[in-house]
Amino acid sequence: MARAATTSDAFNAIAEPRRRELLELLAQQERSVTELVTLLGVAQPLVSKHLNVLRQVGLVDVREAGRLRMYRTNGPALKPVHDWAGQFERTWSQRFDRLDAVLRDMTDEDGDHTDD
Amino acid sequence: MTETTRSRRATVSTPSDTEILITREFDAEPHLVYRAWTTPELVARWWHGDHGSVTSIDIDLRVGGHWRYVMVANDGSEVAFHGDYREVVPDQRLVTTEVFEGAPDNEAVTTATFTDLGGRTRVEILVRHASRHARDMHLESGMESGLQRALELLEELTLTTA
Repeated sequence: MARAATTSDAFNAIAEPRRRELLELLAQQERSVTELVTLLGVAQPLVSKHLNVLRQVGLVDVREAGRLRMYRTNGPALKPVHDWAGQFERTWSQRFDRLDAVLRDMTDEDGDHTDD
Repeated sequence: MTETTRSRRATVSTPSDTEILITREFDAEPHLVYRAWTTPELVARWWHGDHGSVTSIDIDLRVGGHWRYVMVANDGSEVAFHGDYREVVPDQRLVTTEVFEGAPDNEAVTTATFTDLGGRTRVEILVRHASRHARDMHLESGMESGLQRALELLEELTLTTA
């Protein structure tokens, strides 16, 4: 019961598009809420709400810097998110790697069979 | 010829709210890339992208002609796409409609451009969807297996840090 809830919370955290945008921005560098509000063009309460969700599942860390609270991604925790978001690009990269091999074979068969 | 065997990544960008642009360069002339793109036996060798095995490739390469690609993914599920050819300019340009049969209401229009770089070829695939929602669903497609792995990793993570 507790396990299932934890997993589904984490899933929900990365399934929400705004939260993925937040993760992208925080993966670049540590940022304050004010900065995130400006970059996303979204009201502060909403940004804070999403940040809280991400913190609860351990994807984002926070530290106090004077009067500011600075947020950043938790590297190891974020790996699955990268795996997920990069899937479309990876699919095409894998197709194209295969296509490279097909093209090499075609070039060989094309008559102008070159050196090695 | 010196040949680099390093794997080059495809560049994926979103030029507008409804579009996806995929770009990649190849060490072959446009007519070869075009042939590999439009010949069923050759498409069958690359289109699966290691996600499964291709079971059928139908290509009726003429304006108004129909195409359909089918693959059985590594998890056993069947994945099929189909559409029609709208523009066929050999070695240069193909415009097709494209429907993922798992989401048949979302038809996209795809323009593949083959640009001659002097012995090399730049391929650009511009996918235009009717809505941002459909575009985003497409970007997240094929993620089921990746998502499953992500969930497993997340579960491990949440268990070890609990």
